[in-house]
Formats: sequence, structure tokens, C-alpha cells
Amino acid sequence: MEETKISMYQLYKDMLTSYLKNKSEHALYHAQQFSKEMMEKDMSPEETVSLHLSVFQELAEDLPEEVVDSFDLLLEVMIGYGLAYREHQSLRDRQRQIESELNVAARMQKSLLPNGEISLDSVDLGVISVPAGKMSGDYYDYSLDEHGNIGVAVADVIGKGVPAAMSMSMIKYAMDTLPEQRLEPGALLESLNRVVERNIDSDMFITMMYGFYHPEEHYFSYASAGHEPGFVYNLEKDSFESLEAKGLVLGVSPKVRYKPDVINLNVGDFIVLLSDGVTECRVDEEFIEREQLVQMIRKYKHLSAQEIVEQIYQDLEKAQEFQLRDDFTLLILRRKV
Amino acid sequence: MNLEINVTETDNQNVAYLSGEVDVYTASKLKETLTPLAEQSDKNLIVDLSGVDYIDSTGLGIFIGTLKTTEKTGNTLMLTGLNERVRRLFEITGLNEVIDIEVDNKREEA
Repeated sequence: MEETKISMYQLYKDMLTSYLKNKSEHALYHAQQFSKEMMEKDMSPEETVSLHLSVFQELAEDLPEEVVDSFDLLLEVMIGYGLAYREHQSLRDRQRQIESELNVAARMQKSLLPNGEISLDSVDLGVISVPAGKMSGDYYDYSLDEHGNIGVAVADVIGKGVPAAMSMSMIKYAMDTLPEQRLEPGALLESLNRVVERNIDSDMFITMMYGFYHPEEHYFSYASAGHEPGFVYNLEKDSFESLEAKGLVLGVSPKVRYKPDVINLNVGDFIVLLSDGVTECRVDEEFIEREQLVQMIRKYKHLSAQEIVEQIYQDLEKAQEFQLRDDFTLLILRRKV
Repeated sequence: MNLEINVTETDNQNVAYLSGEVDVYTASKLKETLTPLAEQSDKNLIVDLSGVDYIDSTGLGIFIGTLKTTEKTGNTLMLTGLNERVRRLFEITGLNEVIDIEVDNKREEA
């Protein structure tokens, strides 16, 4: 530290000498560099003032007493700045630490979502999920069982950020313990509801839609816990219908029954599941209506499922000037053969 | 957006009149008002949403929390004056099955 002080002293002295001699811009540029170095070395503003005085006293030997004394006052004033600066530094360090913790958590959360594409002859599957912040309150899942049934889920935890993300992992862990209920959407939601109801804050809840596609019988069986309704596209009629199912959100009451519904899918028909981050997108300060969303899906329906969800996300992101207000999840499952 | 809350208390019920948006920014203010009202014994709670255009999911959570509190104290919670959009939210989430919602005829026709 003592060495640093000596070298800073010398540096400052050279700089000041050069400036006093020819008042060059060059020396001023050096002063800027010097100030960066000071900050790196954790020198406070009052130390700089005091450095200036010592150097100046050496260069100009007979400084008037008033000038020297006036520095006492300046030093006193600078101490306040110094304290504020140190506080700023410690907050910045703390923020970096929190940020890096958050990054670790976000990476961990990502690992809870399925990775790797499902490439199947029976269905074309596409999904996109984008958090509004670092961490997401949206959950989605797709899985394949040994008979070729494809389960898909979209869940939305109230709110966003860290609390939502923590509850989202609860859904994932609970789902993993219920493999035998993957073909019973109603029973699956009832089990999840019991877990959520016992473990969630009283102001919080989770909405979820779960369903599975039977590749031989060609039907989709699903149930909803208060989730934003999806859509089903009928190729023959070229029409979209709301995919609705009644059911209370998860986490409100321990004894809730969820009744599954079944719809048949013909070749080319597809199911759309979404989180309310999709319908809560505001374009020109107005919420997008479900009808507008249908028009967007219609525009891209000739594309693959993955391309459709990506195109819609891009369009909505652009329309909102790249400011996502809520976590966004969109999933499409289309019968291929 | 702001939320204005006016409360009138009578012997057997409390009525909270809300006006504005119930969202992530106003939710804590609403909770601070509704929780003590729901905790009062032998008083039913009515929340009038005639002046509310929009409720987001955080706001909805406050009504769930309030419902749970009234259940504990043995009171009832009733919502009135819901507009189309807000009523739809309570329907989608299935909360209309567990919270007493009074259909406001005037609002219905409008």
C-alpha cells in the first residue's frame, strides 16, 4: 500500500508538473486515466485532495498560508463524498454477488425444463418459453412414455421472478414423483393441487393445463386447473376453437376434482397451450385479444410447430418493443400421421 | 395506475369499494386493507369492484388470500360489480366456484 502511494505520488507529480508547464490537453487526458486508476486502487476523494496538496507544496515551495489552510476545508467537504463513494462500491459488490447467485439459480432452473427435442413420426412438437426477467414462473414439460404417449404441460405461477421460480420447481419435482398418473390428467392435477396447497403462500396460486396425446387412438385427453384456455385447430374445417376445461387453480383448496376432457385429432390438427404471458402482451397499450393470437397462428400454420411458436414470439416481442412484461410460454402439438 | 379503496363499516358487514387497477403494484395496498377487515369476527366482507377495469394474477392472489382468511374467521367474502373482463378471469381460474360473486345486472346490460 505504501509503495502504491509513493508511485501514485510520483505519477501525480509528473502529471501536474507537465500540466503547469505547458497546459496541454495531453496532461488532462492523463488526469482522466489517473482518476480511473485511483478508483481501481480504492483511493477516496479526500485522499486525492490531500495528494494534490502535498504534491503542490513540493512543486511550489512558498504557498501562501491561506491556500494551504483552505485545503483543510476542502478535505472536510470531500470526506462526505468519500463515504458515499465507498457505500456505492460496497453496494456494487453486493449487487454483483446477487447477480451471480441469480445466474446460478437461473441455470439450475433451466435444467429443470426438458432439453433435447422430441423427434417423432406421430407428432410435430414445438415449444418456446422466455422469462421476463432472469428467472421464470412458467413451467412446461413434454415427455414420452414407453407406449408412445406424449404428455404435455404448461403451468404458470402467479407473479414472476424468484418467488415464482421457486414454486415452479415445486411443480417439476411433484410431477417427477407421479409418473403413473401421466395418463390421468384429472388425477395428476388433483395430486399436484394437494402438494401446492400445502406448500404455497396463501396469496399465491398456480394455473396449469396438462394433457397427453395417444398416438394410436389419436385423441388428446386433458384437464385444466384454472389455466388460460388453449386452442385446437381443425384442419378440415380450417377453424380454431378454444380448448377449455373447468377447474380451480392449484393451491386454493385441498379437495378439488378435475374432470378430464377428450378431443379427437385428425391428421394436421393441432393443440396450442400457452401461459397468460402470451395474452397479457400489450400492443399499443391494449392487451392482445385471443382472436388476434388466432390470426397470428393462422398466418404461420403452414410452418413446423417449432417455427410457428418462434415466429409468434418474435412478432409479439417486436410489437412490445422487446420489453416482455410477463413470462411467455407457447407450446404446439400437431398430429402428423 | 392507482387503486383507490374506500371502506364503509356497519354492524354486520364491511364493504370495500375499489376503483382503479388491482395489479402487482397495488396488490400489497389492497392486502393491507382487506386482511384486517376479513379478520374481524362476525362481519361479512363485500368487495365492490364496480370501479375496477383490470385485475392481474397477483391481484387475484389477494382475493384468494382474503377468502382463506374469511374462511378461518367464519365470515363470508362476496364480490360485486365485476366487469366482463374481470368476471371472465374469475371464471377461467375457477374462482367463481369458491368465491361468492354477485352478478350486477346494470353492469351485465352495459
